[in-house]
Amino acid sequence: MTDDGTNTIRIDEQEIPFTAGQTIMDAALAAGIYIPHLCHYPGLSPSGNCRLCVVETGNRSVAACTTPAAAGQQIRSDTPEMNAARKAITQMLFVEGNHICPSCEKTGNCKLQAMAYHLGMLDDHFPQFYQRREIDASHPEILLDRCRCILCDLCVRASRDIDKKNVFAIAGRGTNAQLIVNTPSGKLADASIAVTDLAANICPVGAILIKEQGYQVPIGKRIFDQSTIKEIALQEHSAQQETDRDS
Amino acid sequence: MTRTNICHSSNSEHLLHRLHAIQQQYRHIPSQAMQQVAAEYRLPVSQIKSVVAFYAFFSTQPCGRYHILFSNCTSCGYWSNGHNLLQSLCQLLQVTPGQPRADGLVSIDETSCIGMCDHGASMLVNGIPIIGLNPEKIAHIAQQINSEVPIQHWSATWLEVPDRVRRRDLLLSEAWIPGSALQQALKQGADDTLANIQRSGLRGRGGAGFDTGQKWRLCREASADTRYVICNADEGEPGTFKDRYLLLEYADAMLEGMTVCAFVIGASQGFVYLRGEYRYLLPSLQAALDRRRTQGLLGSCILDREGFDFDISIVIGAGAYICGEESALIESLEGKPGIPRIRPPFPVTHGYLGQPTVVNNVETFIAAAQITVHGADWFKAVGTSTSAGSKVFSISGDCEKPGIYEYPFGITIRQVLDDCDAVDVQAVQIGGPAGVLLSARDFNRTIAFEDVSTGGSFLVFGKQRDLLAIHRNFAQFFAHESCGFCAPCRVGTQLLKITLDNIAAGRGSTGDLEELQQLSQIVQHQSHCGLGHSAANHVLNGLRQFPHTFTQALKPHFTARFDLDRSLASARQITQRDDAAAHLDNR
Repeated sequence: MTDDGTNTIRIDEQEIPFTAGQTIMDAALAAGIYIPHLCHYPGLSPSGNCRLCVVETGNRSVAACTTPAAAGQQIRSDTPEMNAARKAITQMLFVEGNHICPSCEKTGNCKLQAMAYHLGMLDDHFPQFYQRREIDASHPEILLDRCRCILCDLCVRASRDIDKKNVFAIAGRGTNAQLIVNTPSGKLADASIAVTDLAANICPVGAILIKEQGYQVPIGKRIFDQSTIKEIALQEHSAQQETDRDS
Repeated sequence: MTRTNICHSSNSEHLLHRLHAIQQQYRHIPSQAMQQVAAEYRLPVSQIKSVVAFYAFFSTQPCGRYHILFSNCTSCGYWSNGHNLLQSLCQLLQVTPGQPRADGLVSIDETSCIGMCDHGASMLVNGIPIIGLNPEKIAHIAQQINSEVPIQHWSATWLEVPDRVRRRDLLLSEAWIPGSALQQALKQGADDTLANIQRSGLRGRGGAGFDTGQKWRLCREASADTRYVICNADEGEPGTFKDRYLLLEYADAMLEGMTVCAFVIGASQGFVYLRGEYRYLLPSLQAALDRRRTQGLLGSCILDREGFDFDISIVIGAGAYICGEESALIESLEGKPGIPRIRPPFPVTHGYLGQPTVVNNVETFIAAAQITVHGADWFKAVGTSTSAGSKVFSISGDCEKPGIYEYPFGITIRQVLDDCDAVDVQAVQIGGPAGVLLSARDFNRTIAFEDVSTGGSFLVFGKQRDLLAIHRNFAQFFAHESCGFCAPCRVGTQLLKITLDNIAAGRGSTGDLEELQQLSQIVQHQSHCGLGHSAANHVLNGLRQFPHTFTQALKPHFTARFDLDRSLASARQITQRDDAAAHLDNR
């Protein structure tokens, strides 16, 4: 606690305020500090599965998105060691799936790709898993390609908590874990998802794609061609703050 | 979703039990049945599907009428004196592992440690343990199956699981009188009962060693209308089998320990979460519960105390090591996949159905019951200043006298090895694959929370053991048991396995040792829960204590990780060729 009575935490060299109930991630983004993340999205309950936002406090490693900020916390985040671990996790996500960046419609708009740029990832490093994963093209407007899914759970939470439709879930253990659709057939065509739903648009990678929209924005003019993932993450946070203030 | 009845239908059958019954009836869980269960339990069909996909003992493809699961543990696994018993049985019965035979009679697969480590190679046949396997017994079993003899009619001696208690100390030498702890608790009141547990210095026997009295106090002080007591009988750490014995011989003391806890914290409902591999213990546990109900030690107005109502249900898991983690166990109790929760909040304040919950190990509840009877000083007189009392070990591996041993905390590893007649010991793995691998230089260290801590698993590896094979076994175990929730554990445990397999296949180079080190640190530091935090311990220990294990398998010249010959396997399959020219590797 500082002299004027506000609670603060220290992230790397910066002392920032926080309010009760905020996570380390919330406090950091509010102060304009970027902690890399893929499974956190402002306005959705945190999950803590991608582990990119793991920071060190004391001798513990904790996920910034799920750990409450507490007065006096000394946090290390933007260090060469932490960023090396983040790069390794990003590489793990690449080799686990079947990512086809050059031909993926999401290229340039993909957060996994943008994260790789941000962390200076130049190769996959690890051996590819080449797992067989099912594609669901049954829905007339939405494609589900599990090859590109990173199991971030964002669509699950968006559909359950925001769209109130509970269309998705994750099933299976270990590397058999996969996104499933909450219908008896397991097919997206039988689900109530609509193209306007948050769940249809929140996918950070190319696993959930809106059909018949290929390359409307040319490569070179896409989100991460113009901005870094850090800038976009801070914008997403401010936009949510605006929404919260308006409501 | 409402937080009541989330895992019970109107007839109060637990979701896992309902699915088990379906699995038994149809040898798998058909899609139709999942939809029906979803409707019955008013749950989303995706939840039923994710539960079925999560637990190893449920399947969506039919198993054989005889479904055989060989343990793949380093102590009760299917390698017996150089024989691969799984392979032998598959050959005798003409079965491909993982696929039912065309006539549907039999299927053979492997499973994580089934807790029969003191009996050598063991398997589950339709859930029933058969221990002490050897080539002769395997041949007999093949005959029994081919002649379709029902398991109940197999040789009675095959179906017995004898227990060998080799050493008794504080807990196991004390006679137990049902009701004695409760009488004492009622006499002295909840406050003094708790104070006594706190003063005893009792710490959790599952391995983590959290102060039991403090856990009970935190739960008691958490504001809520309802509280729960859960006994963690999901003894899944490979090499651990002491709870198997305690659940059989000390069930009454364990149930009484739970009831004392309920009295202290004010709970009216308790659960024993029993691992699916120990389903065969269910009849004796149910009998113990029934006996206690007739004796007035469970149910309403326990020992005629007005308002002291408490009962216990048994919930049986379905094959998932991760459910030994307390928050994953609670998720499983709630009828969900066993994915560990974000902690804090901890179960003591937000546990089962979001209510304050005490989760303790089988042995912890037995100790709590005995401490209530005999007092804190009786307990503290044994052990060390920070590790009071005694610990029950499961000792197996390369020793003459595997079995259950109870020792005071502070015992040296060397003494334990001497007692179990282990000679020419190369290494010990204490606390199971998640624990610590120690070499002879550490055999003067002691078993205690302040030195080498363990939930009870004590694996002995003799000089002749191939430690790299042990590491590969452990790595395979964690890759199989990772719940898949977080990226570093889900992918990292697979990568550890791939890298170790690669080194063993003679495709490793010096860089792979650095790779193992870095990978291990990422899995250890970045993962969500204890499984990930401990999954790479054995690799890090091995690299430090036994570097030779790895370096001797490395090739002096550069070796590509890419295995061209193996990569051509699918091409050979498609072209139906296996002649010399179809193999391009120039070994």
